Amino acid sequence: MTRLFPRLAGTPRVLVVAGILTLLAIGGTFLLDPYRNFQLATAAAYFCAIGGLTLLVGLSGQLSLGHAALMAAGGYGYALTSIALTGAGLAGAGRFVIALVAGVVAASVLGLLLGLAGARLRGPYLAGLTLAFVIALPAVTSVFSGVFRGDQGLQTAYEPVPELLNRLIALEQWQAWVAIGVTSVVTTALALVRRGAGGLRMRAVRDDETAARLNGVAVRRVKVTAFTVSAAAAGAGGAVLCFVTQSVSPGGYTLAFSLLLLVGAVVGGLGSLGGAAIGAAVIVLLPWVLSLLAGSLDLPAELAQRLSGNLSVLVFGLLLIVVMLVRPGGLAGAFGGRRRGPWVRRSSTSPEPAEAPAPASPSPSPQKQFLAQER
Amino acid sequence: MTGALQIEALTVGYGGAPVLHDVSFALAPGEVVALLGANGAGKTTLLRTLVGLVAATAGTLRLDAGDLRTLRTEERARRGLALVPDGQSVVAELTVEENLHLGALWRHRGRARTRAVDEIFTLFAPLARRRDSAGHQLSGGERQMLALGRALIAEPVVLALDEPSLGLAPLVVAQLMGTLREAARQRGLTVLLAEQNVTSALSIADRGVVLDLGRIVADAPADQLAADETLRHAYLGF
Amino acid sequence: MDRLLFLFATGLARGAVFALFALSLVLIWRAARIINFAQGAMALVATYLAFAVTGLTGSYAAGLAAGILGGAAIGWAIERGVMRHAPHSTPLAGVIVAIGLVMVLQSLLGIVFGPQYRPMAAPFDETPIFLGGVPVLSPYDLFILVVALGVMGLLAVLFTRTSLGLQLRASAFAPEVSRMLGVRVDRMVTIGWMLSAAVAALAALLLIPTELGLNPHSTDMLFVYAFTVAVVGGLDSPVGALVGGLTVGVVISLVTGYLGSTVAPIGVLVLLVVVLLVRPGGVFSMREARTA
Repeated sequence: MTRLFPRLAGTPRVLVVAGILTLLAIGGTFLLDPYRNFQLATAAAYFCAIGGLTLLVGLSGQLSLGHAALMAAGGYGYALTSIALTGAGLAGAGRFVIALVAGVVAASVLGLLLGLAGARLRGPYLAGLTLAFVIALPAVTSVFSGVFRGDQGLQTAYEPVPELLNRLIALEQWQAWVAIGVTSVVTTALALVRRGAGGLRMRAVRDDETAARLNGVAVRRVKVTAFTVSAAAAGAGGAVLCFVTQSVSPGGYTLAFSLLLLVGAVVGGLGSLGGAAIGAAVIVLLPWVLSLLAGSLDLPAELAQRLSGNLSVLVFGLLLIVVMLVRPGGLAGAFGGRRRGPWVRRSSTSPEPAEAPAPASPSPSPQKQFLAQER
Repeated sequence: MTGALQIEALTVGYGGAPVLHDVSFALAPGEVVALLGANGAGKTTLLRTLVGLVAATAGTLRLDAGDLRTLRTEERARRGLALVPDGQSVVAELTVEENLHLGALWRHRGRARTRAVDEIFTLFAPLARRRDSAGHQLSGGERQMLALGRALIAEPVVLALDEPSLGLAPLVVAQLMGTLREAARQRGLTVLLAEQNVTSALSIADRGVVLDLGRIVADAPADQLAADETLRHAYLGF
Repeated sequence: MDRLLFLFATGLARGAVFALFALSLVLIWRAARIINFAQGAMALVATYLAFAVTGLTGSYAAGLAAGILGGAAIGWAIERGVMRHAPHSTPLAGVIVAIGLVMVLQSLLGIVFGPQYRPMAAPFDETPIFLGGVPVLSPYDLFILVVALGVMGLLAVLFTRTSLGLQLRASAFAPEVSRMLGVRVDRMVTIGWMLSAAVAALAALLLIPTELGLNPHSTDMLFVYAFTVAVVGGLDSPVGALVGGLTVGVVISLVTGYLGSTVAPIGVLVLLVVVLLVRPGGVFSMREARTA
């Protein structure tokens, strides 16, 4: 990304790049058929969530396994508001925007609570907390089924193509435009956070909390803020998904989906927004490609049944492992992006390690020792 | 096994400012050598490289003509190379007796091990009184005694110590050094003693090697070093 | 009142299983300083193996043995094949690799065995015994309690009274110092993984016959429960695992009994959050290993 527009810097640059990418994406929708545009819209929604997740994990070092539940919060927030507004007679852009904001707020509140609970926790413990959180989601929708309608979920009215564009574009293309627009705003915001003081503080906290605290960084506040921002992005993604599919239900936001979001973040490269876009594309396209492949082989019906669903999970799991073992920087690292990310802890006294963890570190600090031999 | 240690052209660290540069010296069997130098001179790095916790970039390390560099830390220990590291090395969660047993595990079995443990308790009477206390309950002096006893119990041929006197009262230091000297003489141990406490180190050493910024600047008999004022001023701070 | 006693007693039996599984997490934490998110999936593979062996031989004991040995083998394979090569600089890498493993293992089991619920037969009767007209425990629950507590006792003896146990503990507490003392720490880490996986397999093998049936997601909740136990009891404390396990088992049993089984995951989440907010150190943990 640094190779484009080298003369611009900082905020103007982010905005220009974002603007151009958005226009490219919108232009692209004319080249795609309705089903592809639907996939594009879905991928855009995932991009929001994965963007938030990759920043959370990559930049602030907090691992969340529950982002599907945060997306669900966004989706349910959007749906409930949209239904209420429809009942009140409101429609069109107003209804959409208010419902979208409601979804983002709902997810942010949940993210804030989760962040507060987890701020004092080290990585794996926070991961476990978010795991419990996403597993509890279906139970919540069942227990409060009066509001959430349990497994059935909620349905919303769809937003038709506005009159002006009615003759030019189809519904799916319109939905893709809206999705792209929201995603553009959300991910640009994330990019600005990333490049700004907030991102710097997050990285400081990730690398060495004690050092950060000694340098005056309000560690807890930074972690909670990171979580909340990440949740807001996920909420936006969930709201967009509901807008595109006109429904939200617990079945669409399972633990498996949460893990899929994580795969998208890792494969693209943790901490990289460009990587998040790649990851979103991968998790939308790969299952489709795999099912095409499986379909082309002449398999007995039962095996085919078992493969559907399981095969893509298998491939994603392998991808996760391989990427972590071979190239922790992810795919974005291949394009000259930052390869370090959260995998190399900087010791305050030892020299900066090269790509792989250095085999020797003369620093006597016990927490930062690297052993000469592999364990 | 006699305990002859040879270090040649040892270099540790990357780039323009290695931590150890072209360090060469040898220890004859049974010799007690003091490794001296200011803070940051590289004493700890040298000892950790000796034992295998830090990888050398170049040079050779030999124990009785056997190449050490190809061996992992635990294999070097099983060849008879023991290190009493700086700081807290007593396993805090284990008792004194368990710490000693741990040190003796690879060397002795069954009754022989119990005998070896008892020998150490005879050598360090205060430890015997605290045999069932957990490591974290011991005083500083007791911990160093335990660390030393644990290193001795496996009957090493070369014993390296990293600033054993750090943080201890002068009386305790004197006792510790005395016991060290005695034990070394009795067992024919080769000793490499890294210390900032120059006087007490030179008082029990045969020879002294001085490190400054990762290089050897002096290698001479102990009494000669103790008398050489210029050297002392320049590198040892007094 | 009768109901309470029954729920309490079955809660204890379930809790013993949670404690056993949590103990396996403690073992792996001590051996490798990670929370093994793949523990459930590994135990699941061992359980399918046991199921297959029992199906072939008709013997529960053979299946049980196969499952436990299989668990150890899986522990060995995963430590050597995967975990050893993961970046060690932060714990997050290990967690992510473990999650990848979960996905791989569960999907493979789904492909090979399908999503059907396969009922596993318990070796003893699962209907409760009545004492004075009040249902208390079933013979199988009693079996679970005996086996779980027995194994925990055996492990305690192993760790505190044998040389191997001493080396395992030392390698976990102080790996560098142990190496300097000649302990083959890498081997101890592998053994730790094997032990941990075998124990987790046993826990799953005890639990799954009481559920609807064996399927690729049988151990998801077990992991969450055991993780909660680890949080309640402290991840480095075996005693904490025991007490925490029994506590969580009873709580879940009561919640399920009085509020229905759909509420159980919420109960766990609430318990987790409460413990994390009120007593983040865990009840028995020795060190503040989890807080920043």
